[in-house]
Amino acid sequence: MKIKNILITFVSAIALLFSTSVVSFAKVVGDKIILGAAISLTGKYSSNGVHTQNGYNMAVDRINSMGGVKVGGKTYKFDIIYYDDESNPKRAAQLAERLISQDKVEFMLGPYSSGLTKAIAPVTEKYGVPMVEANGASRSLFTKGYKYLFAVLAPANLYLDVAIRTAVELNGGKGVRIAQAFEQDAFSQDVRLGILDAAKETGSEIIIDDKLPKELNDMAATLVKVKQMKPDVLVVSGHTKGALTAIRQISEMKVDVPMLAMTHCDAAKLSKQHGKNSQYALCASQWHKTLTYKDDFFKDGMTYAADFEKEFGYDPPYQSAESSAALLVFKDAFERANSFDQKKVRDALAATNMQTFYGNIKFAPGGQNVDKPMVLFQVMCDDAGKCENKVVAPLKWASAELIHPVPKWSER
Amino acid sequence: MDFLVFQYPMITIQACLDGLLLGILFALIAYGMALQWGVMNIINIAQGDLVILGGYIAYFMYLYGIHPAWGVIVSPIIMYFVGIAIYKLVINKVVDRDLFISILATFGISILFMQLMNFAFGADVVLANSGYGTTMLFDNNVVLPNSKIFSAFISIVFAICLVVYMKRSKLGRAIRATAQNARAAKILGVDTEKVYAATFGINAALCGVAGALISITFTIHPYMGLPYTIRSFMIVIVAGLGNLPGVAMSGMGLGIFEEFADYILGTEFRIGSVFLLLVLILVYRRFKLSRKREYLK
Repeated sequence: MKIKNILITFVSAIALLFSTSVVSFAKVVGDKIILGAAISLTGKYSSNGVHTQNGYNMAVDRINSMGGVKVGGKTYKFDIIYYDDESNPKRAAQLAERLISQDKVEFMLGPYSSGLTKAIAPVTEKYGVPMVEANGASRSLFTKGYKYLFAVLAPANLYLDVAIRTAVELNGGKGVRIAQAFEQDAFSQDVRLGILDAAKETGSEIIIDDKLPKELNDMAATLVKVKQMKPDVLVVSGHTKGALTAIRQISEMKVDVPMLAMTHCDAAKLSKQHGKNSQYALCASQWHKTLTYKDDFFKDGMTYAADFEKEFGYDPPYQSAESSAALLVFKDAFERANSFDQKKVRDALAATNMQTFYGNIKFAPGGQNVDKPMVLFQVMCDDAGKCENKVVAPLKWASAELIHPVPKWSER
Repeated sequence: MDFLVFQYPMITIQACLDGLLLGILFALIAYGMALQWGVMNIINIAQGDLVILGGYIAYFMYLYGIHPAWGVIVSPIIMYFVGIAIYKLVINKVVDRDLFISILATFGISILFMQLMNFAFGADVVLANSGYGTTMLFDNNVVLPNSKIFSAFISIVFAICLVVYMKRSKLGRAIRATAQNARAAKILGVDTEKVYAATFGINAALCGVAGALISITFTIHPYMGLPYTIRSFMIVIVAGLGNLPGVAMSGMGLGIFEEFADYILGTEFRIGSVFLLLVLILVYRRFKLSRKREYLK
């Protein structure tokens, strides 16, 4: 009797296993191309994780409603399986394994942040699964010789490079004195390396080089040094915490510096949280809606922003725009490969050379996008205290003139 | 290593003042921890998370157009009841057990709070602007944000009120009696259950005040609680339980220590240096203790 019971349980367990694996997704089911993505829907990256997911979803809907993907004379639609990686790299790697070996996903979209992309890339590489990612900018992702990783965004070391070059240009081509403070994480440290390179090339001198902790909410010490040593440029990168803390303490401590350049201003909603105090800050951005790139699906940045706002109720940050662009890249690659063979798709991805509303996309052998420069915008406020981000560099897209040097606090 | 802080006297003064103002705020959080540790023998790992929750209350007031400084009144009132609720749900089940169980329980509460706050308020870093301006000293060479001065001032006011309350009021005396000997207090008619609940509530309220001040002075984020727990733990370890002047002194000392560590070792070692100091103090205490024991032998 007992043996019979065990047998029944065993058989039903196996039956259950089979039934789920039949239901589970393969790469292409019917007319659907299934992509997999582990995204931070909870945990500390959840706000940017949601921006990423909204960007993906927006592009999936748009591509599907505009005719889908044509491969081998047949039309396919995109579909994405999402898992929540809880902002945890270990979890992200597990989920990538699960997507590939259990759900049989053969093409992946990237997670949010460099750290999580770093955790997933070895897995996708091991299984030869092409991954187009839109939110991992760390330089170290592109120096490991990954063959299946493609990033639509510019690498982290280029984020604030433009700022230094602009400062040098305004200084009559002579080197400038730079103060910098960077959080100790993969991304910010890469931004730092970019500054070091730019400083070397332009003959600039780095006079303060501080590292900020992950629990950063006080950088008064760095700012006191800045006050004392009077550099020409202050560069800060520490995600949204860094941007918010810097503006709060710079305004409270009345630190005068001719140029202030940062990352993550739009994610930090700088002008909304700090109002006029954030005025004149320069911010590195992968994308801005006023850029004039075009494509057939989203038309251009302004249209994208309007459509996005209609659907999700807020102005799209660049994290959403680049995520949408990742889908456009996949569609283009599938159609050029005219196949679902992973190797062929990978080769097609490597040969990508296209323009999207987000920017030109062309991958270097390392997988990073080399055809899209970073833009720099400056927070500008009117007398009523309403602030806006206006692109000031590179000059080709500038919608306003850079205000330099930043007026002293005593004159504001 | 960077000894800039000693080269310019103005920077030295700036570091001392910054540290002092910060330390007073830390001392307030630590005082709450010392109180409940002394009374209930519970080390509350969720201390920092209560602080952050208090900060969010002030932040939401700010969002709805109320000046965040009112948070120092509203936040403790709400947090008092949050504290009582936590006590009734979890703490009263572990209060008589050994320390290890209570650490695990409060650790669990801490994780739960982080995730709940993240879920409810989002993972964005936020802050409340007080618009208090800045005080310039020594020919504009030393700058003190008025928000920091305000924080320190409010912390002192609350600390004094609490000391008076503990000395004068009936509940305060009951709390002190329970801290000395819970069993004896019970026999003499003190409702220790009520005392425990009130103590936990008062601690949460103090965290609420500190949180509101932190949202005005710094930034808040659902995952930023732990450094505040560690700091208050450290302050209490140095000062000992039931020693308010000690807590105040060691809080200010820690604030100044942190500032100097920041200048000399670099900001990245700021929190790390606190951990290191904690380890050193624990080792030193143990060393002293063992010497004493040998002497007694």
